[in-house]
Amino acid sequence: MSWENALIVAILMSSFLPGIIIFMLPEKSTGLRTSLNLFGALLKMTLVVIMDLAIYYGRVFHMRLELMEGVELFLNADPLSAMFATLSSVLWLLTTIYAVGYLEGSPNRSHFFGYFSLCVTVTIGIAMAGNLITFLLFYEMLTLATYPLIIHRGTDEALAAGRSYLFYAFGGGGVFLFAVIWLHTLAGPADFTSAGFTPQLIDNDAPVLRFIFLLMIAGVGVKAALVPLHGWLPRAMVAPAPVSALLHAVAVVKAGAFGITRIVLDVYGIKNIIQLGLLPWLMTLSSITIIWGSLRALQQDGLKQRLAYSTVSQISYIALGISLADHRLALIGGLVHLVHQGLMKITLFFCAGNLAETLGIHKISEMAGVGRRLPLTMAAFTIGAMGMIGIPPTIGFVSKWYLCLGGITAHNWWVIVVLVISSLLNGAYFLPIIITAWFGKQQGSWPREKNFGRFETHWMLLAPPLVTALAVIVAGIIANAQFSPLAWVEFVVQEYTR
Amino acid sequence: MVSAESWIAVPVVVPLAAALLSFLVRRGSLFISLAAAIINVLAAAILVNQFFVSGPAQYAVGGWDPPLGISLRTDGPALIMLVLTGLTGVAISLYAWGYFSFRIDQPARAGRPEKQERFFWPLWMLQLTGLNGLFLSGDIFNIYVTLELIGVSAAGLAALSGKSASITAALRYLLVSLLGSMSYLLGVVFLYKTYGVLDLGLLQKMAGPTPGVIAALAVMSVGLLLKTAIFPMHFWLPPAHANALAPVSAILSGLVVKGSFFLLFRLWFDIFSPALPHTAFSLMGALGAGAILWGGIQALRQQRLKLLIAYSTISQLGYLLIAFPLAFTGGNSQTWSAVLFMASGHACAKIAMFMSAGTIMLHLGHDRIRELAGIRAYLPVTAFAYAAAGVNLMGLPPSGGFIGKWMMLIASLSTHQWLWALVLLAGSFLAVAYVFRVVEQLFVIPPDAPFIERHPRAGLLEWPALILALISLLMGLIAPYPLRLLDTGMAPQVVQVIGG
Amino acid sequence: MTNMLYSFTGLILFVFGLFALISCPHPLRKILGGNVMSTGIFLFLVATSYRTDTASIDPVPQAMVLTGIVVSVSITAVALVLATRLQQSANRAMNRREKKNEGGAAEG
Repeated sequence: MSWENALIVAILMSSFLPGIIIFMLPEKSTGLRTSLNLFGALLKMTLVVIMDLAIYYGRVFHMRLELMEGVELFLNADPLSAMFATLSSVLWLLTTIYAVGYLEGSPNRSHFFGYFSLCVTVTIGIAMAGNLITFLLFYEMLTLATYPLIIHRGTDEALAAGRSYLFYAFGGGGVFLFAVIWLHTLAGPADFTSAGFTPQLIDNDAPVLRFIFLLMIAGVGVKAALVPLHGWLPRAMVAPAPVSALLHAVAVVKAGAFGITRIVLDVYGIKNIIQLGLLPWLMTLSSITIIWGSLRALQQDGLKQRLAYSTVSQISYIALGISLADHRLALIGGLVHLVHQGLMKITLFFCAGNLAETLGIHKISEMAGVGRRLPLTMAAFTIGAMGMIGIPPTIGFVSKWYLCLGGITAHNWWVIVVLVISSLLNGAYFLPIIITAWFGKQQGSWPREKNFGRFETHWMLLAPPLVTALAVIVAGIIANAQFSPLAWVEFVVQEYTR
Repeated sequence: MVSAESWIAVPVVVPLAAALLSFLVRRGSLFISLAAAIINVLAAAILVNQFFVSGPAQYAVGGWDPPLGISLRTDGPALIMLVLTGLTGVAISLYAWGYFSFRIDQPARAGRPEKQERFFWPLWMLQLTGLNGLFLSGDIFNIYVTLELIGVSAAGLAALSGKSASITAALRYLLVSLLGSMSYLLGVVFLYKTYGVLDLGLLQKMAGPTPGVIAALAVMSVGLLLKTAIFPMHFWLPPAHANALAPVSAILSGLVVKGSFFLLFRLWFDIFSPALPHTAFSLMGALGAGAILWGGIQALRQQRLKLLIAYSTISQLGYLLIAFPLAFTGGNSQTWSAVLFMASGHACAKIAMFMSAGTIMLHLGHDRIRELAGIRAYLPVTAFAYAAAGVNLMGLPPSGGFIGKWMMLIASLSTHQWLWALVLLAGSFLAVAYVFRVVEQLFVIPPDAPFIERHPRAGLLEWPALILALISLLMGLIAPYPLRLLDTGMAPQVVQVIGG
Repeated sequence: MTNMLYSFTGLILFVFGLFALISCPHPLRKILGGNVMSTGIFLFLVATSYRTDTASIDPVPQAMVLTGIVVSVSITAVALVLATRLQQSANRAMNRREKKNEGGAAEG
């Protein structure tokens, strides 16, 4: 086995093995469990960074395992997968720290952290999938690995949310499977590295290819929460905060968005997809989702519900950027939002979790004056929200700037209109929260306050949002530096716009 | 010195000897049977190895060659089933060990479990003999004898629990199985009348589309479909499987129905496929589609875990039949392999599920699905095993069920048989629904869950189930090996017919 | 010609037995039906051993019939045991119910 293959395997195993061991640990051995978790997360992050460097210097990571004729598992780390893998592993480390603090003293932690680790393993698998079959494999496994996390609380509400999640996810999974097999019978097994079809196929079977594209987008669109397939996401908010953070920023919705990216860029290929005239469809779908998600977010009083609808809307920026794939700047804007949205959204969810865990606040109407009680948390929240609105110098501004530039170069004014409207709506649903939190007056006591001594809350709950909030600003300021997310995305895009 | 071919006889002779011995020697019956199960799996491994080295083998029992004598032979499909029964046989034996010692420890039912255990081992070994004999036989009359052996020992096993419901179910089971094998025997007689031979290999060369052959195949198929509990002839299966003791349910649902299915499969693909019109295959597919949908819907409506699993067996058997029209027109020999692959994956998964259900019943004293919540607190491995086996039934990657479904979907889409593809997907959705109905109960621990003490021997109940469930779950990843066995094992003329 | 007669008789017996096995509600009749079925097949099988081309008769069907009879006897035995058990447990249930009724009457 070459060292490249060994590295891929090690990256997958660095969370898989700790996960398996954690399953077997007795509930009481908290220390061992936590250290295993953190060790796995740190190791994985280090390994992923090594892989990034190697990819940057032109190394190729390919690993194949043939299952049967025409069906093989193919792991392939290209710059795009490195981007997603890095995002997942960094945010996993932070979420693990957060989750350890959040679940301190609660029951069933072995079970929780076991699936938590499996979930990240599968996400990395999605990132590194090199063909549709491998992608499908990990995509379905993601549903299985996240389901126990969603129903973790075991209440009737959680079970109902789990059922709705399964209904949507497996519905989408079935449609996706169908589309993958159909494409397989038409075009044969194709790797992501060899995008596109023969011109003959496009001439003969254009309508079929269009229909398959729609099926595929519908399949991954469930996880990416495209309207009207987003229904599961707000309901899944009954899960504990670290799970919501993981689902929204790292694993599930990102897997969906990443799937859309792969389908457009690597399965069909930009050239073919323009020839088939499919991009306007994607653009319409994503525009509707952006506006609809923001409008629904405005109506929510539950903090997590509002954040959930905001995710629905924000994830579609990625799809919007990809729907202008023939324009480099727009593509950059879309892809970089994959990273940026992750950082911002995870900050917001960490903060929402802190409010719930420290003060028992679940609703926006209860948040008046909370800025004085939890200044650091609310500062992080404010930065995250500013990013979402797109105020410079945050990373949210960078994404929107590139999307706008892309829209201008494409002479597509529709995109600009969508972006402006959605930014206004973002402001409309985030600013009131910030204003009541900082300037509102506390009414009565907090619903369920806990005291943590020195800090405003448990340090393990406080550190992760501060780190990500800092990243939201720093990555925005150094966007032009050599190792910012933006620079990496430019590296990624190089390959597709050659 | 034993010759290399005589290893073929081991999977038949050793369990048979163990059956007799464990009936005579009461005290050691457990260890005799366990040893036989282990020797059986070793022999299967040796035979697979021999097969890779020197190809299909034949062994004439008593030195009499066919057409006069009885021959045992190995080929790809037979070896797959042999390995499957070998592995699951060891797991079931271990589980049964734990199961009976658990029940004997329960003071409330003095005497009864001991008696059940005494009869369980000989019957189970007899069952194993019958199954192995069926897989290895190269002679259609000999197969009839093994079918009867399977039927009788299965009925005996089903009656073991001694409740009047299970005796009723067992009697019905025995009569249905008698009807099935009589029907099969009639077909054998037709064939013998037409060709004057009983050997499978010789028949394969001779069979042509004559009325005699078609009539023979029709009566044989009806009999075997009845024994395999294919919709709409499935009525006898749920009561028989759900009322039996847990290890018995596992044997019946995982292995016994696979025995008669294997024979059906062998007759249709190995021997008679040139003789049959396309409509015959479509008819089989239609039965399969009915089974998938009906079994799935019934499984959703059940209130008891074991009945749910039994109905899911009916649904899953439907997949095996849908493969018939697909393999016929699929233009791809892989579909043919998919069937056996799915059958083995399902066997492992279903055995694991019945084992888990049995463990749950032993601890809780009931199997009402709505009241299962909380058992994960003391049976975590069982809960996980059930879910992992469920993944196979849903056909999600990387399970054996996924590989099977993948190959069938490829075959149906590449030949534009959309209907079958839709039924396959619908079946998967039903499976998701009925698997998660249980899993959601197994995965949560409500705060007010009752505390139940875990039995010290529970490990013997939990781990075999987990291992089988993991085998079924990871089967997709080891797919190249069994598929290689099938590729080399397929008779060349069959490839031609299916491929053309 | 007699050969054909035997064959047909065998088939007719098979159908009769099948009918009994399916339609008779009582277990004993079902078992007997199964027996008639198998006898029909054996008769049919014996008839096939007659060969026009050679003077000798084919020994294989005879061997098959012998094996078949052994199998059929053992299955009948198992089925009878199960039927007896069923009858016993039905009787026991009935006795229990009667006792309960009597007890109820005595108390009342």
